[in-house]
Amino acid sequence: MKGLRRITTALIFVALGLSLFACDREARKFRVEPSASKRSPAQPMSDLQPGPKLPPNEGKDARSQYSKDEYEENAYALAEGKRLFNLYNCSGCHSQGGGGMGPPLMDDKWLYGGSPEQIYTTILAGRPNGMPSFRGKLPDFQVWQLAAYVRSLSGQVPKDAAPSRADHLQGKKPENRKEPEQMKQQ
Amino acid sequence: MSIIATKLCAHRSSIFCCLLLAACCSLLSGCAGVQSAVDPAGPQAGSISGLWWLMLYTLSAVFVIVICFVLVAAFRRRRPLSGESADGPDTRPEAEQERRMSRTVIAGVALTILILFVLLVSSYLTGRKIYSAGYSAQGALMIEVTGHQWWWDVRYNDPSPSRMVTTANEIHIPVGRAVVFRLTSADVIHSFWIPNLHGKMDLIPGHYTNIWIKADRAGTYRGQCAEFCGYQHAHMAFTVVVEPEEQYRAWYESQLRSAPQPSTPQQARGQEVFLSSPCIMCHRVQGTDAGGRAGPDLTHIGTRPTLGAGTVENTRGNLAGWVIDPQKIKPGIRMPPNNLEPQDLQALLDYLQSLK
Repeated sequence: MKGLRRITTALIFVALGLSLFACDREARKFRVEPSASKRSPAQPMSDLQPGPKLPPNEGKDARSQYSKDEYEENAYALAEGKRLFNLYNCSGCHSQGGGGMGPPLMDDKWLYGGSPEQIYTTILAGRPNGMPSFRGKLPDFQVWQLAAYVRSLSGQVPKDAAPSRADHLQGKKPENRKEPEQMKQQ
Repeated sequence: MSIIATKLCAHRSSIFCCLLLAACCSLLSGCAGVQSAVDPAGPQAGSISGLWWLMLYTLSAVFVIVICFVLVAAFRRRRPLSGESADGPDTRPEAEQERRMSRTVIAGVALTILILFVLLVSSYLTGRKIYSAGYSAQGALMIEVTGHQWWWDVRYNDPSPSRMVTTANEIHIPVGRAVVFRLTSADVIHSFWIPNLHGKMDLIPGHYTNIWIKADRAGTYRGQCAEFCGYQHAHMAFTVVVEPEEQYRAWYESQLRSAPQPSTPQQARGQEVFLSSPCIMCHRVQGTDAGGRAGPDLTHIGTRPTLGAGTVENTRGNLAGWVIDPQKIKPGIRMPPNNLEPQDLQALLDYLQSLK
């Protein structure tokens, strides 16, 4: 009997210890890097490009600022991305991810690449046929939050961090119940 | 109260006395001012403060009486009972004493019930009086207030859309006219409270609540969110300016105007900075391309008394700090920090301060 109690106590402590690992899930940095997204260069889709060869570090800026656990594995960043997606009227063209005037974001097709860095470039530089450029209009961290949220629409982020509900009526499953799409580049 | 305190001073230690006096003074100083429910500026706040004083006086009297009874019971020598002998007290109750005790208890219970009923009925009547519609819909001013984390979006409704005024964290109302507030929230539950004018009313997302007030006395009052709504709940205040009808109309007309065009090259540069930086994504300046509704309307920011919903005074220095690093002044708010060159910042400040 005494042994059983000891084992239970030990298990409770182990469980408490394990629960500490979850503390970072919603960690929020209040003092973010105050950088407008002006200086970040475009993220190339491939090494091929017109003109002279790029210096080796060109295009690496954006990638170096991005850290996966700060955005894609962070529930706060994803929820902010979801809020900004509506606030900045992304939903005006992309709807809630199903697409409308703009292409859908919840399927497996990525016209301009589906990595966070490529989505970052898409938001900042704009794309042909309608996607406007938001360069200089958004702080970097918000672009990353948006990119992370856009990836959650097709199930590319961990389920325990993705938003589990919407503030308003929504006709689709929440992001954390989306089956991951296999990325196809066209 | 000070007489009692002075008498006490003679017997007790002076430190205790000073503390008591200081506590009393600080309590009394809270009674008057720009944010006080017992300094009413309108009929409804008057009813509420009347009820408050009635309850305070009644309950103070009850408290004093109860404490007297307790002290009497504690210090009075017990009368020896008639049948008491050396073998021990005779605990059998005496018929006469028993009757007296029953009468006292019954009287006490009856008095308690009576007092509670008086308070209940007066509370009910006050509630009915302050929430019943005592205005005519034609003459009343309709103001829609939307709560955000953590600021107030204020819109003056008018049948003609071109005469609607949008402002933030600042409400101007005329003296003696009924004002109907239509309240809702954009995120979580907030509560709208101008202690000098009325009680509290919750702002609930996806739902409208109504409250009406009337101010009898001109002055500047402070409203405050009264429902915990997150990290900066305490810094979610607004200014209520009650002014004579003509002054109110003049203010309304000035708010209807679009933002003035920049009059100096510096201001023109500031406008350019405003329109090409992240400001434009969330804020609105009437008369320019900036039409965001996520943050407060800045069309007349130059005339507002405070920044950040009553957090800091609206001065050039505070405005600069607010633009560059709002998280330092009000940690947790939605506004991101901005990275501006010094000359761009100065131009932007010139422009923002010219928005009157």
